[in-house]
Amino acid sequence: MNRHMSSFGRLSLRAREALHGYGFALPWLAGFALFTLLPLVETLRYSLNRVTVTVTGIRLEFVEWANYTRALFTDPSFVELLIGYAIETLIAVPIVLIFSMIIALFLNVNFKLKGVFRTIFFLPVVITSGPVIRELAEQGATSAPGIADVPAVADFLAQLPSALRNPLEYVLTSFILILWFSGVQILIYLASLQKIDRSIYEAAAIDGASAWEIYWKITLPSLATATMVNAVYTIITLSHFSENRVIKYIYNQTYAVQGGIGYASAMAFIYFMAMAALLAIVYLFLMLWARRGSR
Amino acid sequence: MTDARTIRLDNRRWLHLVDRARAFLFGSRSRRGIVWSVALYALLIAIGFVYLYPLLFMFVTSIKSPADLLNPMVQWVPNEIYTGNYVKAFRVLNYPVSLANSIFASVAPSLLQTATASLIGYGLARYRFPGRRIIMLLILATFIIPPQNTVIPQMLTYRNLGLLGSPLALILPASFGQGLKSAIFILIFYQTFLSLPKVLEEAARLDGASDLRIFLSIAVPSALPAYIIAFIFSVVWYWNETFLMVVFLEGGVQTLPLQLSKFAQAYENLYPPGVVNIFDRLNEAVKMSGTFLNILPLLVLYFVLQKWFVESIERTGIAGE
Repeated sequence: MNRHMSSFGRLSLRAREALHGYGFALPWLAGFALFTLLPLVETLRYSLNRVTVTVTGIRLEFVEWANYTRALFTDPSFVELLIGYAIETLIAVPIVLIFSMIIALFLNVNFKLKGVFRTIFFLPVVITSGPVIRELAEQGATSAPGIADVPAVADFLAQLPSALRNPLEYVLTSFILILWFSGVQILIYLASLQKIDRSIYEAAAIDGASAWEIYWKITLPSLATATMVNAVYTIITLSHFSENRVIKYIYNQTYAVQGGIGYASAMAFIYFMAMAALLAIVYLFLMLWARRGSR
Repeated sequence: MTDARTIRLDNRRWLHLVDRARAFLFGSRSRRGIVWSVALYALLIAIGFVYLYPLLFMFVTSIKSPADLLNPMVQWVPNEIYTGNYVKAFRVLNYPVSLANSIFASVAPSLLQTATASLIGYGLARYRFPGRRIIMLLILATFIIPPQNTVIPQMLTYRNLGLLGSPLALILPASFGQGLKSAIFILIFYQTFLSLPKVLEEAARLDGASDLRIFLSIAVPSALPAYIIAFIFSVVWYWNETFLMVVFLEGGVQTLPLQLSKFAQAYENLYPPGVVNIFDRLNEAVKMSGTFLNILPLLVLYFVLQKWFVESIERTGIAGE
């Protein structure tokens, strides 16, 4: 006991704590080095080489940035796919956020049959998988039923410049598909709503605040963190989704004679950068919005 | 005098009626009015329909006979319940084997991933050591890095080790905390252990229990809900994952989503289009049966464990930090 009181003892206690901490983190750290960092560096190396797979292993031939310049300047489809991905993601994120927030607000009040609706609304958490979504999309079960086919709407769309038309068409044809990506986000909003202190609402109601004011002044600011988490989660889920066209393109190039592993690796890194840029844009936007809201 | 009073009384009565009508329509402090209720349920049903529509569509299509499929009069109510599609899809998917594979390929990595995630989550929540923040950042980074940036070298390594096509290729990264969405589970455990009181653990430490012993016999039992939730979500995500499965299990173990993704091809191997009669050709009813068989185990899991999905994040507080 006395030993622990001395400054030497305290120091060793701290060292002991650190040591145990590292002990608990060790499996993950080893895994990170082996299964994430090493492959990441390796992929980066591939992206600067022409890679040929042989029977005995792989052969690398250093080509500097050739794979990158090819992806960005020569490949006719990659950049187009990338731009399409960026636009679609930037459209899908607000839809998912608003929609999941609305559902969470509903599920946070009491009404009859709440359990039934809750069960239905959480279905996407379980079902959103690549092949299932693809089958459903092929059968036309994911587009907002027929809106894009109404002649008036089709005429209207045809009038628009393609920069505006493509995103709009995307919204109309994939609206339901986008909604299928809101499962976890609903859960996160709901958890966040339930953490808000009831007494704040009561105090506001006593002061005569309307439901509308309460929503904008209390509820929405309290959901700022959850919104940030959800935005990041949505972008990452959409970007990692196996039916994502950029991912499919990169995957197909991996095995293509013309492409190969080197080229696919370069595209993977460009895609990663694009995704990081999207994350940064949305994050900054939400930060600014949250700060303005709190003022 | 009296006239003015009756008018005032009438007025008050009238106002009272208006108030009651308004309360009935738009609600008062204590209860919702009818207008709000109607609007609420209308919206709820509309949104519920969005989610149920594909499922209903899938199910109805899957029980249509070839004749019903061709009949434009039959939209939502088939003339008969035709199970032939399921029989075919069952064979094409090689259902019993693929189901067992899917269960193994999602349960095994999930168990190990949950265990490792809880270890590091506990370490980060309970111990202070240099580099803690950096590790947190790295964990977030593993969530952001797209799988295709790390998958090719791993695949080549597994190929050299002869592990390609074996579930071990999925189990190994998972057991070191680098599985599917491991970062989320680590954060869940981190939050859970932070929110649990330390008192018991400190008492056990004074009694001379080792740190690992404290973790196993005190921390793990009290974080049991977090374990169950992490495990369930992990299973669901692994089950639905196709990219990693396609790359790592290529040519080996076949899971349900993998079988579904090459359904048309497998169907034509079993029922060659030139040989079978026109009613046995691949049609959307058979495809929908396959899709439905694919999500059926998840639906069962969901309805059995519903409570855990619903309470999940409320209990573990993933929405924090």
